[in-house]
Amino acid sequence: MDFQSLLHIVQQLLGGLTSSIAIFVLTLVFSMPLGLLITFGRMSKWAPLRRLAPKDVPVGKCRKALAVFKPIQCIFKGFIAIVRGTPLMLQLFAIFYGPYYLFGMSLSLEYRFTAVIIGFSINYAAYFAEIYRSGIESIPVGQYEAATVLGYSKTQTFFRIIFPQMCKRILPPVTNEAITLVKDTSLAFVISYQEMFTIAKQISAAQTTIMPLIVAGVFYFIFNDVVAFIMDRIEKKMNYYR
Amino acid sequence: MKLLEINHCNKKFGENEVLKDISLSVEEGQVVSIIGPSGSGKSTLLRCATLLETMDGGDLIYLGEYAAKADTEGKSVYSDKAALHKIKQHFGLVFQNFNLFPHYTVWKNITEAPLLIGKRPKEEVFAEAKQLLQKMGLSGKEDAYPYQLSGGQQQRVSIARALAMRPKILFFDEPTSALDPELTGEILRVIKELASEHMTMVIVTHEMSFARDVSNHIIFMDGGVIVEEGEPLELINHPKQERTKAFLSRFQQ
Repeated sequence: MDFQSLLHIVQQLLGGLTSSIAIFVLTLVFSMPLGLLITFGRMSKWAPLRRLAPKDVPVGKCRKALAVFKPIQCIFKGFIAIVRGTPLMLQLFAIFYGPYYLFGMSLSLEYRFTAVIIGFSINYAAYFAEIYRSGIESIPVGQYEAATVLGYSKTQTFFRIIFPQMCKRILPPVTNEAITLVKDTSLAFVISYQEMFTIAKQISAAQTTIMPLIVAGVFYFIFNDVVAFIMDRIEKKMNYYR
Repeated sequence: MKLLEINHCNKKFGENEVLKDISLSVEEGQVVSIIGPSGSGKSTLLRCATLLETMDGGDLIYLGEYAAKADTEGKSVYSDKAALHKIKQHFGLVFQNFNLFPHYTVWKNITEAPLLIGKRPKEEVFAEAKQLLQKMGLSGKEDAYPYQLSGGQQQRVSIARALAMRPKILFFDEPTSALDPELTGEILRVIKELASEHMTMVIVTHEMSFARDVSNHIIFMDGGVIVEEGEPLELINHPKQERTKAFLSRFQQ
């Protein structure tokens, strides 16, 4: 392979790389806040039927089960189970082709990108939600108690005391997710969105050479290195307290 | 004037009765120590008084305001959120393991609550925080984070944090149990100083000689009941109940 055609491949892949970066950035922007909302739902303790089982009256098993039934928590548990329990590839398919097969809607070509972002955001939000929950639950109960005694409301306690400490604790698993996401952007290939891997595959097939895939691999590696470097810097920055 | 009054407090954890018909009152300027073996319900009583636990039965009254009032069957009915929020301003609590906010500097630990919750003017809060730090021997530590301080210093910060809210009554939940003997002395000196300034305090402690020296009134609890209470010297040196004698015998030697 001569230098000219290599350069050409690199140029084409760089175009795809910007699409991959767009998927990466937009997914993080949408899934991280969405994940927090899902965490709230997942941690909801709202049990509207609690009154069915008064504290001091012995009740049957059935009524007890009803009394501790938490509808919101249940819904979000189910949601997380489905998102984590099925392939992301399948979810992308469902979101892209679903509107047509289910409702006969014909969607424009721009919908391809929207579908990719929706699919990735929902999927990653579910994972982030569980990471947030692990962070929140790892904060000692004494922090809540100290804040309560000082008169902080629940919202104040969460946003001033719990949330900042949670952010520090979840950085390592969030870095993991971010790195996985870089590689997962290649899954947009299944609905033919023109990101780096899709383009690499096309050039490879057309020119019968493996070179584009190798170049794409190098690009993914560098991309991840940058992500890991940035996350490491953030982690160091958060090290001002223990 | 009665700052705190607890009448016929009952508390159960499941089937386990932790507090059985406990009544106590704390006058302004009084220092009350609560002693007793582990599991006797001392800490639970303190947690009920500071609204960290809810009582199942009985009254909880601060300065004549009901935090919880017993209904005709004796069951505690708590006041609404706004009333409880107001009542929370009357007391402060110092924890066994400090519970400082690790992501805040010493300065922010002390000043955030008076500014945010107490809604007091900045200049006033800052001036007072400065005084408190000086009093606690922590001048110059304003910008330190809790992890940079010794256990004794952390506990002094947490005392300053509680005092910055200008509580009428200050609770201590085994304030020296997480500290070595040297640091313990440091904290006990601070509490003694507060006592000499007539700060009203309720102290759960295992430090018998300290309880005897600092308090006006000692309560000995065991098995969820108040076994004996009275004058410190009298109770520590000449306990009347067999259970109190047994508990204090180790200390007497």
